[in-house]
Amino acid sequence: MKKLFLIALLFSSYSYAQEGEIHGDFQLNLQSYKDDARIGAIAPDEIILNNSFFNLIYSKGNFSTGVRYESYLNALLDYESEFQGNSIAYRYASYSLDNLDVTVGNYYEQFGSGLVFRTYENKGLGVDNAMDGVRIKYNILNSVDIKSFIGKSRTYLEYSDGIIRGIDFETNLFELLALENSTNLILGSSFVSRFQKDNNPKFNLPQNVGIYGLRSNLISGNFNYYLEYVHKYNDPAGSIADNSNNYASGNAIKTSLTYFQKGLGFSFDAHRVDNMEFRSERQQSKEYIINYIPTLSKQHSYTLLAFYPCATQSNGEIGFQSDLYYKFDRGTTFGGKYGTKININYSRVLALDGGSSIKNDSIDFTPTFFGSSNELFYSDLNLELIKKINSKLRVNSTLAFQKYNKDVLEGKLPGEYGIIESTIGVIDATYKLKRKHTLRAELQALLTDDDDGSWSMALVEYTMSPNWFFAIQDLYNFGNDDQKNHYFNFNFGYIKGSNRIEIGYGKKRAGIFCVGGVCKEVPSSNGFSLNISSSF
Amino acid sequence: MRVVFSLMFLIAGVTCLAQIKSLPSVNVTTLEGNQFNFKNIDNNNNPIIISFWATWCKPCTKELNNIAEIYEDWQDETNVKLVAVSIDDRRSQSKVAPYVNSSGWEYEIYIDSNSDLKRAMGVTTVPHTFLLDKNKQIIWQHRGYVEGDEYELFDEILKL
Repeated sequence: MKKLFLIALLFSSYSYAQEGEIHGDFQLNLQSYKDDARIGAIAPDEIILNNSFFNLIYSKGNFSTGVRYESYLNALLDYESEFQGNSIAYRYASYSLDNLDVTVGNYYEQFGSGLVFRTYENKGLGVDNAMDGVRIKYNILNSVDIKSFIGKSRTYLEYSDGIIRGIDFETNLFELLALENSTNLILGSSFVSRFQKDNNPKFNLPQNVGIYGLRSNLISGNFNYYLEYVHKYNDPAGSIADNSNNYASGNAIKTSLTYFQKGLGFSFDAHRVDNMEFRSERQQSKEYIINYIPTLSKQHSYTLLAFYPCATQSNGEIGFQSDLYYKFDRGTTFGGKYGTKININYSRVLALDGGSSIKNDSIDFTPTFFGSSNELFYSDLNLELIKKINSKLRVNSTLAFQKYNKDVLEGKLPGEYGIIESTIGVIDATYKLKRKHTLRAELQALLTDDDDGSWSMALVEYTMSPNWFFAIQDLYNFGNDDQKNHYFNFNFGYIKGSNRIEIGYGKKRAGIFCVGGVCKEVPSSNGFSLNISSSF
Repeated sequence: MRVVFSLMFLIAGVTCLAQIKSLPSVNVTTLEGNQFNFKNIDNNNNPIIISFWATWCKPCTKELNNIAEIYEDWQDETNVKLVAVSIDDRRSQSKVAPYVNSSGWEYEIYIDSNSDLKRAMGVTTVPHTFLLDKNKQIIWQHRGYVEGDEYELFDEILKL
């Protein structure tokens, strides 16, 4: 692979003679730590930790090649300690010619919703399961897209033992049949399999396991309907213990319906998931997952709304979420002078009736298909109101009611914490002082009798467009009878074009942080941070 | 490995004057579910704004809502077109069309479901805004959004 890549690079430098383009981006995240017994923060021996990334892409016409240099010296505490040292962890070369697209080296790929297969990166969370191998995409008859790949998936800075192969077909049926139609019916199917040698002395494990998916998407005018079904064959990844061996198959069904018109939008998403974790290596941990089951809840951006975040239970869950967006026109009773926007969101996720097929071990058990048990994993009802009061003042307010099954969602013992019920309120007000000077304040409260009790948060931010921002915030655990901790933070930054420098100081709370549907537990910390990001 | 790296830097050194200018050839999805090669976006030799955003990103929606209020004036004056690329993945993708329409945005919308375009354009966080001249060359970009940033963007459009 290294050789191949060298050739590609030589090729690129040669073709540069005929004019090409180089671009890329850089990120530096430096954090200092100190002990803080009050919040349980423990400084690492290094005191200062660093994660840095440098992407370089060269492209010319339909040819492109790139590398990413990653430096973990040593990795920030938010990251797994397996990220250590420096590495050119990502490099690829690709070209496209007459509907054929070839990539060698690293690539990210997703089939359908990702239920069957998805590799992606999220530097904020320390997720990068890039493939290393070969990928080919081909478009025939201008209406059928074929994608096929073979490779190994990355975890931390290494590649898994399993060899992953996949193929995906997608077609727009009406286009294929050359029907003049404003309606689109897009059909897709995929198959992914993993090979891993059986070197288990006790069990005769299947060396090749597979997963397939079928999907359809009907888009007509203002309607959009999506349906996907996936099935996993006897993958003994679930649990191989000395005296038990789980070969249960898995499946998932996902559907969504959306409708919109000017000023109104509606969406409904539902899924049922049963034993659908697919990993690049059997018997490995969650870091080896190579499929994606989108979480059925609103992705909140305010701190206290995202305090107790939903996480998909890929072993088994059933649930739905629905959103309504509406804009009251200006000049109406609710609209006022500038109009008013509302968003109502409700999500509810439960256990499967009788549990998951993963139980299908020594007993023959299959949960009922559309049944759910009474065991609630998560629910969230929230109402957001966005209102421009006058030419200077705008207010966003949110009220939410959440239920969070901490035992299940954080993998605790049954009955250890139970369900955390909370009521959350957020007010976010933006006031324009001058044309480019703005003051913004957030007030948040999370009220609960459970877990650590109630929290509040206040934030004040002053921005001077386009270059400067300053923010101070305090998170306060006022409802905790043992320790009413403050988590104070100060940040300021300078932005010029595509360069951004931010310096921060403060305390971080230990907890679950989620970005892009992936959650991770991070420890509490106290210290300075320096973040630089830049694109060129 | 060292060879690869030094070679890369050699290329980078030689070409450091040639920054990202043109759009990458990467497929994105339209709201109608069709594949679309992003380098083919067009505005009849008029400027184009590209804004990377997501339904869950508050500064992003703030930027696009603020521009929406003055978008008609901008178009009248400069014929500019705004192309909004959503990086929502499958978790929130079904909210994109309802969100856009309920907000009354008149932008051209694409979905970059697995962040292929985001990576190709060196976008690490959203929002990230680019300005293209009449030859579809990137001539300005800005990371993040705070209130009032749209004025700087408009000044840049006027310079074209």
